Amino acid sequence: MKWFLGHLDQVWQLMLNHAVLALIPLVVGLLLAIPLGWLATRYRVLYSPLIAGTGLLYTIPSLALFILMPLVLGTGILDPVNVVVALTIYTIALLVRTVADGLGSVPDDVVQAATAMGIGRGRRFWSVELPLAVPVIAAGLRVAAVSNVSIVSVAALLGIPQLGSLFTDGFARNFLDPIAVGILACMVLALAMDLAILWISRAATPWLRTRVAT
Amino acid sequence: MNLLWAWLSNPENWQGSSGIPVRVAEHLAYSAATLVLAALVGIPLGLWIGHTGRGRVAVVNLVNGVRSVPTLGLLFAAVLVVGPLLGGDIAFLLPSIFVLVLLAIPPILAGAYAGVEGIDPGARDAARGMGMSSLEILFRVEVPCALPLIFSGVRSAALQVVATATLAASVSLGGLGRFLIDGQAYRDYGQMAGGALLVAVLAVLVDLVFAGVQRLVVSPGLAPVRSARRVRTRAQLATNPT
Repeated sequence: MKWFLGHLDQVWQLMLNHAVLALIPLVVGLLLAIPLGWLATRYRVLYSPLIAGTGLLYTIPSLALFILMPLVLGTGILDPVNVVVALTIYTIALLVRTVADGLGSVPDDVVQAATAMGIGRGRRFWSVELPLAVPVIAAGLRVAAVSNVSIVSVAALLGIPQLGSLFTDGFARNFLDPIAVGILACMVLALAMDLAILWISRAATPWLRTRVAT
Repeated sequence: MNLLWAWLSNPENWQGSSGIPVRVAEHLAYSAATLVLAALVGIPLGLWIGHTGRGRVAVVNLVNGVRSVPTLGLLFAAVLVVGPLLGGDIAFLLPSIFVLVLLAIPPILAGAYAGVEGIDPGARDAARGMGMSSLEILFRVEVPCALPLIFSGVRSAALQVVATATLAASVSLGGLGRFLIDGQAYRDYGQMAGGALLVAVLAVLVDLVFAGVQRLVVSPGLAPVRSARRVRTRAQLATNPT
């Protein structure tokens, strides 16, 4: 506790770094997963290869992926870009399936009703299908957000500063306080992102207000 | 890329007590031990919760809660707290295995629970109508029907364990993680990347083996189940890579 109060600035700075490293992949991953998930539902042939391909990337342990990234990107081993790209890959892997399942769960009669009302294919996707898939996508997004926060801390082993640095620092000095503070800060950050997504998804689906969103 | 191939093709790295085959064996040994321990706790508990319906909320909260705990921090904390009490090599081994088991239990538990809970109530009623006892229902109806989800729980736990066992090298445990951590310490990128590639290949192979076993073990009558409800459960219970 005393250690925490003496290092408020440092913890806050690391937490901001951590949040950025976890958030960018989440947003980029979602933006890329929506068209991929759409492809997987629109052309059923693509469903299995897309899911299997992204699933394969998902199985690679994070530390290994961070280390292999420079071979693909030509970056330095200390470059935070490695972490961002690796996490984006995980996020896409998790969300392509969720987006595809979410779009697949939109009832057929709703889509037909929209078509019968003269709504074109593009507008139907943005104003009917995607909004109805929001609860399912949000559930996947929450999983991705929470796991991103946990994975970012692994990058501390490579010397990329974020809350995980508190773990490596504390361990090197045989000092438990920073580790405990780091764990708590990570969990608080994960909870905050989880709640934010839940709140956004509730706000985006007012027709579910009377029921529980997820 | 050249560094990577140079390291992988150097015969010295394939021999001796810190060679690649030994590290792979260590990695698999830690992972297998962890998985067996976690399954011994997780599967009976999950079956019991699914069968009796008690403690459902606790399961969901546990799974979500554990997901948000940073693995690396937990590992370091466990070694710092428990290590000094033990001394010797076991000071690192025991707390690491403990953390690995702790992280592997939730996906296994959740799989077993969701498997039993998602069974068509009609099947259960039919079994009861045929005069089966509660235990018979559990082992002859619920467990076989729940097998696909029990397996996917164990499979995601296995992935998590293989990944987290890599991190355990940073608390001076053996396994393939050694190459990643030692390579970093000696500024030897070839060793790091070579080790990372081996870890990635191992993880993919383990996953494929589990997928194959799952296909063999699960009753063919259960294979094509994909309802919207189950899809949603799966998204919520999916585990994170580590």
